[in-house]
Amino acid sequence: MSAQGDFYVRTNPLEALPPPAHRRGLWGWVRENLLSSPLNIGLTFAGLALLWWMLPPLLNFLIFDATWSGTDRAACLATAERPHVGACWPFIHERINFFVYGFYPIDQRWRVDVFFVLLAIGIFWPLTPRAPFRRLGALYAFTVLPIASAILLLGFAPLGLPPVATSLWGGILVTVVVASVGIVFSLPLGVILALGRRSRMPMVKLFSVIFIEFVRGVPLITVLFMASVMLPLFVPEAWAPDKLLRALIGVALFAAAYMAEVVRAGLQSIPRGQYEGAQALGLSYWRMMGLVILPQALRVTIPNIVNSNIALFKDTTLVFIVGIFDFLRTIEVARIDPKWATPVTSATDYAFAAIFYFVLCWMMSRYARNMEKRLAAGQRRR
Amino acid sequence: MSGARDDAPPKVSPFYDARVRAVVFQVLLCALIGYLAYSAITNAAENLARARIASGFGFWDSTAGFDISQTLIPYTTQSTYGRAFWVGLLNTLLVAALGIVVATLLGFSIGILQLSKNALVSRIASGYVEAVRNIPLLLQLLFWYNAVLKALPNLRESIAIPGGALLNNRGLFLPKPIFGAGLDAILVGLALGVVGAIAIRFWARRRQALTGRQFPVFWTSALLIVSLPLLLAAIVGFPVTFDYPEMGRFNIRGGVEILPEFAALLFGLSTYTAAFIAEAVRAGIQSVPHGQTEAAYSLGLRPGPTLRLVVVPQAMRVIVPPLTNQYLNLTKNSSLAVAIGYPDLVQIFTGTVLNQTGQAVEVVAITMAVYLTISLVTSGLMNLYNRRISLVER
Repeated sequence: MSAQGDFYVRTNPLEALPPPAHRRGLWGWVRENLLSSPLNIGLTFAGLALLWWMLPPLLNFLIFDATWSGTDRAACLATAERPHVGACWPFIHERINFFVYGFYPIDQRWRVDVFFVLLAIGIFWPLTPRAPFRRLGALYAFTVLPIASAILLLGFAPLGLPPVATSLWGGILVTVVVASVGIVFSLPLGVILALGRRSRMPMVKLFSVIFIEFVRGVPLITVLFMASVMLPLFVPEAWAPDKLLRALIGVALFAAAYMAEVVRAGLQSIPRGQYEGAQALGLSYWRMMGLVILPQALRVTIPNIVNSNIALFKDTTLVFIVGIFDFLRTIEVARIDPKWATPVTSATDYAFAAIFYFVLCWMMSRYARNMEKRLAAGQRRR
Repeated sequence: MSGARDDAPPKVSPFYDARVRAVVFQVLLCALIGYLAYSAITNAAENLARARIASGFGFWDSTAGFDISQTLIPYTTQSTYGRAFWVGLLNTLLVAALGIVVATLLGFSIGILQLSKNALVSRIASGYVEAVRNIPLLLQLLFWYNAVLKALPNLRESIAIPGGALLNNRGLFLPKPIFGAGLDAILVGLALGVVGAIAIRFWARRRQALTGRQFPVFWTSALLIVSLPLLLAAIVGFPVTFDYPEMGRFNIRGGVEILPEFAALLFGLSTYTAAFIAEAVRAGIQSVPHGQTEAAYSLGLRPGPTLRLVVVPQAMRVIVPPLTNQYLNLTKNSSLAVAIGYPDLVQIFTGTVLNQTGQAVEVVAITMAVYLTISLVTSGLMNLYNRRISLVER
């Protein structure tokens, strides 16, 4: 009777059992995420009720009940056979040129189109991570683009471009001009202010702090009022800037103060050793900043710079209050047009504007998020 | 001897001396800014004299002569510009204070829902945040005012809300409570309740420190604060009557009127700011490491106290600074009232008063000074609070 043969010792591990049926597949996911507890079930039903209450009316308004063709308000009015009328899209279609160009002379509108193309190059070239010659792209965006745009949009007689007064500009053109001027001027100004705030010279620091804190402490609206009613008083009468330029100055100064704080945060994230290393190599202040500190600081602040530009882009709507004919103003003007006066015109108009702003801001915020991930790649644990 | 010479600073020409350069640069900067300020002042004086616009603050005491649709303090067309200023300031503070309360409640709820384990709810919350944050506030305000509130039925076809309120395109009309004799009893009850709650809190703390036994402080306090005034009100026989709004021929008599401008501004501001607060709350809660919760559980704390004693205090340290910024933004954004005609400080002062007097410099300066003061006071208070809750390290 050898004892050995009676023992049964398993040498191979058992085949792993699949997870129980109620934890697998779609149903498993639903149980786990939507129905795991009474509170969770309640939340799910509340969420479904909210969606049921909001989504169908929204989709009906924007798509299913919407009017897609027509020539005037009659197409968008409720009738006996069509009691529910949604968005009035032919109205947007008819007014789209007004929304884009404002009162820019019709035969000169190609200049605006060229400007949009130049601007798109100026945005995508330096910001695409794998684009060739990105530095050249940045140089283009901050030097060539502003000058070329000014010549193109304002007109330059020797080149055969008749001048167009800024009072005729309008719509998306003005919104884009205000936003890009704000961005192009606020970055260098913001860098200078941020360096000033961290300077060891007391007077430089004092002026920078006063400017930054003052501008950040007041609403943009009051800065715009100041630019539009006080600025003309402060310069000799002959120099009084035109209305759009005044708003541009106000927006650029406002954006610069916020940009300064963003850049300052970036400067603070650079370790002391970098400054000391640069100084030990004998670099002067400006070379230290330009060659060592700022390239690193600006790189890590790209996501924040983009976020602050999103805020600036949304804030450009405020120039409407000081009488600039921006996109929102064209929306407001078109809304009360008697030719298209229907109960749904206002809502259609605002929906169009909301989609415009949402798409652009959302794209910018996606870009910022991707950049953040890219920059964090070095720190990610594997 | 040679050591003494080595200690002496090396000789550099003044042109390359950092200190000399700093002094020269700062003197030049001061001179430039001084020159700019001087020329701005002389130009302004010249331009104002040419346009025959008075300067100084003499207009403060002259008759305003315009009407204001919402006044928290007595105001007529015969009142002074100074009075109009206070009316506008109070309206701004009213909408900002209410907006901050609503936005905080909404923002914290949405921020917590964003972190919910329920996939549907967290996605709805994130969708709300994305949608609201990416559309300009001004557009949202115009939408609520022009497309929603102004599209309500007119006076004749007012919507009657159960409870005696009326809603139409001229605003929301609520019943107005009128307190009769015996109100003092209710207030005394309320005061007693609050004092009792504080006393119980002290007693419970002491007892827990001495014996370790806990006491349900929150529920007892809530019961005291609610039930005592109610009990006393029942004894004196509920001395509150309501003045219901009544439909007249051309307008509505009685009740409390809430202007559509006010409603749109309050609603737009709080829903917009709530999205930003929600993001701050989400980031704050996510910044507390999971190990903290696990450690609390292993010490035997239940989920409620874990949240209250471990997670929230640590999350608040991260939440408070951006929250302060959002409160300030909300206050500053209330100036967008000018676009929909709510009589706030900017609408009254840089709008009507500026147009009537033409004294741009004084009017804009006063308005900016007010917002600057509000900003500095708020951030000062929040810094105090922040210092109290911030981590004390060595």
